[in-house]
Amino acid sequence: MTKTYKKVDQNKRKFLLTATSLTGVAGISALGFPFMASMAPSEKAKAAGAAVELDVSKIKTGEMKTTEWRGQPVWILNRSDEMLETLDRQDELADPDLEVSSQQPKYCQNKTRSIKPNILVMVGLCTHLGCSPSPKLTPKGDMGSKWEGGFFCPCHGSKFDLAGRVYKGSPAPTNLVIPPHTYIDEKVILIGEDPEENV
Amino acid sequence: MAIDTKNSKTGFVSWVDERFPLSSFIKNHLTQYYAPKNFNFWYFFGALALFVFVMQILTGIFLTMHYKPDASQAFESVEYIMRDVSFGWLIRYMHSTGASLFFVVIYLHMFRALIYGSYKNPRELLWLFGVLIFLLLMAEAFFGYLLPWGQMSYWGAQVIVNLFATIPFIGPDLAEWVRGDYLISDATLNRFFAFHVIALPLALAGLVFLHLVALHEVGSNNPDGIEIKKTKDKKTGIPLDGIPFHPYYTVKDLMGLTVFLIIFAAIIFFAPEMNGYFLEANNFIPADPLVTPSHIAPVWYFTPFYSILRAVPPILNSQFPGVAAMGLSVIILFFVPWLDRSKVRSVRYKGPLFKKWIAIFVVSFFVLGYLGTVPSNIWGQFSSVIPLIGGTDVATIVARIFTILYFAFFLLMPFYSKKDQTKPVPKRVTMR
Repeated sequence: MTKTYKKVDQNKRKFLLTATSLTGVAGISALGFPFMASMAPSEKAKAAGAAVELDVSKIKTGEMKTTEWRGQPVWILNRSDEMLETLDRQDELADPDLEVSSQQPKYCQNKTRSIKPNILVMVGLCTHLGCSPSPKLTPKGDMGSKWEGGFFCPCHGSKFDLAGRVYKGSPAPTNLVIPPHTYIDEKVILIGEDPEENV
Repeated sequence: MAIDTKNSKTGFVSWVDERFPLSSFIKNHLTQYYAPKNFNFWYFFGALALFVFVMQILTGIFLTMHYKPDASQAFESVEYIMRDVSFGWLIRYMHSTGASLFFVVIYLHMFRALIYGSYKNPRELLWLFGVLIFLLLMAEAFFGYLLPWGQMSYWGAQVIVNLFATIPFIGPDLAEWVRGDYLISDATLNRFFAFHVIALPLALAGLVFLHLVALHEVGSNNPDGIEIKKTKDKKTGIPLDGIPFHPYYTVKDLMGLTVFLIIFAAIIFFAPEMNGYFLEANNFIPADPLVTPSHIAPVWYFTPFYSILRAVPPILNSQFPGVAAMGLSVIILFFVPWLDRSKVRSVRYKGPLFKKWIAIFVVSFFVLGYLGTVPSNIWGQFSSVIPLIGGTDVATIVARIFTILYFAFFLLMPFYSKKDQTKPVPKRVTMR
């Protein structure tokens, strides 16, 4: 027995063992891919999560409409000029200059946080723990004499202005999220897709 | 505390070994488990069956993530898997093709045991566990076939559950209890789902474990049917005709697995429905309790037994004898270790009688299997002038003859196996 063992080419044996093992690992990983892929959103889920269209011309000045995109409330607020003026007062805000850039697409990185100044499109979920804040669009009222209009989260009391920017002292850490959206024509917006020049 | 430096091992493996029998398990069941060196082609199928079992469980888990066990959603959810889930078609075809190939592999595995006498003393219990696995596997396949909720699923389940209804006295109540309704319905689908995805797989896993425990206790038989443990090296106590399972048979099984996977992949990618044998065309139509498809047949792996069911004529207006015969055609396998009275195990040393009978058995199995896939009027009827059988379907008479031969193989075994002229068995295994 020992004689035959001496004749064994150990290098060749090692090579074959490694080659077989690597082929096996490659095969198993290749097989693993479809199984992992099957757990990702299916075509049906993708279709359900596709962009939604909305005619903004039907929203009167000063009014807000809620639609749904990927199961989240999306607000479309048609801000009046008076409402836009309130955005100039920034001293109480936590991030007035939109330094946390993940909260809005680049094309909304402006004072009004929108493509057209008066039309605000925003995901209606609080950045604290995901409740949907209540619109308190008119000044004062039950929000006190200093309130200039905005959003108030009933869960933990976060306050946001009419561009969804969070007020200092709120539990919410960042401004509300502006979803990707684009204008198909003058009146209709598509929520869930970026404007073409940004793609 | 003094450390025994002689035996102290270091590293992770020794840490585990002090707490769990890892190294000793690998030794006892792989690197120092000695299997006969003369295994041939027929010895691939045990390992392959284990592989297919694991694959069925894995693909099954992923199918369960998308499937809905609800009569109003089941069919759609299967189509959803086929069309919308990424690679869902692949996973489902792996599962459906895997089911058919499971039976191919198991039938070959069982045939191996039959020709080499692997059920004989001391391997009776090993065989019994095996037959039990086969029985549960049939139930598993049957329950699984209802889940897509197509026409074949529905009417197949209808027929099989109604078999219970033929049992004298308790039959109708029993069938109703099995269905959980007056017809195959949502309640039936829901419980079949429970059996298919948890109860039977769990029982099967347990039985496969026991099957392997029994195997490693008595050791593998081999094509010569010679007990290798009888001829051991005097110094080492290792069987002279044995080789370590690892690496010799792990490598050999890996080669077998590669060939198997090539065939498996070819079926999945080019003929997943196998022209209606693996997935029947009628099963792509949603279940309809009001319309039976014009020709219903079970999936191919059940057809030999289904043929026996159809072949036995009703006695005293009762269908029960056919049902009993079908049940018996599987149950009789349990008795094989005691029906075989031959002095030798392997067909290599058995006489001409056994060889003739095993040939008759194989032909019967295939003829019955074929007849089970076709309508009984396939070959027309006997002319009415012939006495006794005039007007009867030719195929039915043929099925009756082969049913008798099927049972004769088992029931006459005590006689022909004892009378047979066996050849002398050599002391050491042969390599051919």
